[in-house]
Amino acid sequence: MSKAVNVDVKLSANKFHVDEGHAHIILKNNPDIKEFRKLINACPAGLYKLEDDGSIRFDSAGCLECGTCKFLCGETILEKWEYPRGTFGIEYRYG
Amino acid sequence: MSEESFDAIIVGAGLAGCIAAYVLAKEGADVLVIERGNYAGSKNMTGGRLYSHSLERIIPGFAKEAPIERKVTKEKVTFLTDDTGVTLDYHNGRKQTAVEESYTLLRGEFDQWLMDKAEEVGAQFISGIRVDEVLTRDGKVIGVKADGDELAAKSVILAEGVNPVLGEQLGMVQRLKADAMAVGAKELIELPQQIIQDRFNLNDNEGCAWLFAGSPANGLMGGGFIYTNKSSVSLGIVCGLHDIGNSSKTVPQMLEDFKNHAMIQPLIEGGKLIEYSGHVVPEAGINMVPKLVDDGVLIAGDAAGFCLNIGYTVRGMDLAIASGEAAAKAILMAREKNDFSAQGLSSYQTLLEDSFIMKDLKLYKDLPEFMENPRIFNQYPKMVADIMQNMFTVDGSPSQPIRKTLMKHCKEVGYMNLIKDGIKGVTSI
Repeated sequence: MSKAVNVDVKLSANKFHVDEGHAHIILKNNPDIKEFRKLINACPAGLYKLEDDGSIRFDSAGCLECGTCKFLCGETILEKWEYPRGTFGIEYRYG
Repeated sequence: MSEESFDAIIVGAGLAGCIAAYVLAKEGADVLVIERGNYAGSKNMTGGRLYSHSLERIIPGFAKEAPIERKVTKEKVTFLTDDTGVTLDYHNGRKQTAVEESYTLLRGEFDQWLMDKAEEVGAQFISGIRVDEVLTRDGKVIGVKADGDELAAKSVILAEGVNPVLGEQLGMVQRLKADAMAVGAKELIELPQQIIQDRFNLNDNEGCAWLFAGSPANGLMGGGFIYTNKSSVSLGIVCGLHDIGNSSKTVPQMLEDFKNHAMIQPLIEGGKLIEYSGHVVPEAGINMVPKLVDDGVLIAGDAAGFCLNIGYTVRGMDLAIASGEAAAKAILMAREKNDFSAQGLSSYQTLLEDSFIMKDLKLYKDLPEFMENPRIFNQYPKMVADIMQNMFTVDGSPSQPIRKTLMKHCKEVGYMNLIKDGIKGVTSI
């Protein structure tokens, strides 16, 4: 059947300029799990994760800046959504 | 704020932004493009295929010098289920005029080339600067604020892409609902040129554009795509966000499963992933076009929702180019009268209405709603596969008339549904 995907391996093929200490997306505290689930499913970078113990994890490093999470949950569980500062973030060499 | 005031500041060095800059600078306007990435194209991605008509009219013969990948001569559309594929395969060996041609391309290189063209004719370009704010005075746009600096402009073109942060800030764009959007994920897979040509049955510079309906998007609105480049393949999926919360698979898993489908896997066997990208696709057609003109400001390209998904073909880049040109022309007209008010810039709206952009968006206005029908992505691919299986399976049992076989499978979907969807489908295209 289907092989479980490892998105981190895919992201490692990309070129990123990470802006240490300046997260451009911030999740609200104790986000609604139903909303969070949408992002687990939709984020192409797989940045919204559910751990085995049921806890949630999110890290904006590795973000492809597509905006999907803003459109899906901008009002509900995102504290902040903005583009990374100039020069930072994903850099598509091919696009 | 600095003394100098540009005729136009353009936010975003994508196709709409670069073309607007090119057209403006060519006519002697004083124009600045601001891009948050480190070079034009560094934040951009495409499926990707460019229908050349709109660019060909602005830069005739562009394909001879631009970094394009392959000229599309093969079109394929496949109904895919988990274990079957039924394909319509079209080879176009006829001579095409330049405006009829289309090309596969990669934006990292292509957008840089286009920005270079704009700079050659006098446009100014700064990269690595994020525009944080559009400056207004008495409700009129007067410039932008970027990296703490205030830059004055008689007009601003927002060509900031599908996620129009500044357009929202100005209140021109309403935050789009998720059901009007889809998300795309793409892998760029490197393969030797000859292997690509052999596997996809292509001659030297020919390319293949291949769309897949059915299982790639896990039964949600959407599908898969493959475009052949020179020495890589762009392979991806697009999935509607409407019901993503209830999907049994994540978007990255959908892409992985599509890639490992028995029909796809042999095509990319031995290939190496060299980039992974994601992007939102505006799917609602004319229903999501925002307020396009206001005092001192215009919105172009993806930011304006200019995208057409007609099922068998998806277009955005040719619309972005034409809208960038229209925005530039409107500013040139405003410049002649020295009136950059909404009224002075209103020719943008007229130019768009008279162009293929609004005409095509209006023509397909009912299509986004039709495409929300889950039968298209679930039952029809299965129905076609079942019919094919019956037709091509010989097991010694007495054969049934094809008519009967067809009827049996149509009945599973329901005759009324077929008729209803057929009429709706035909009237929306």
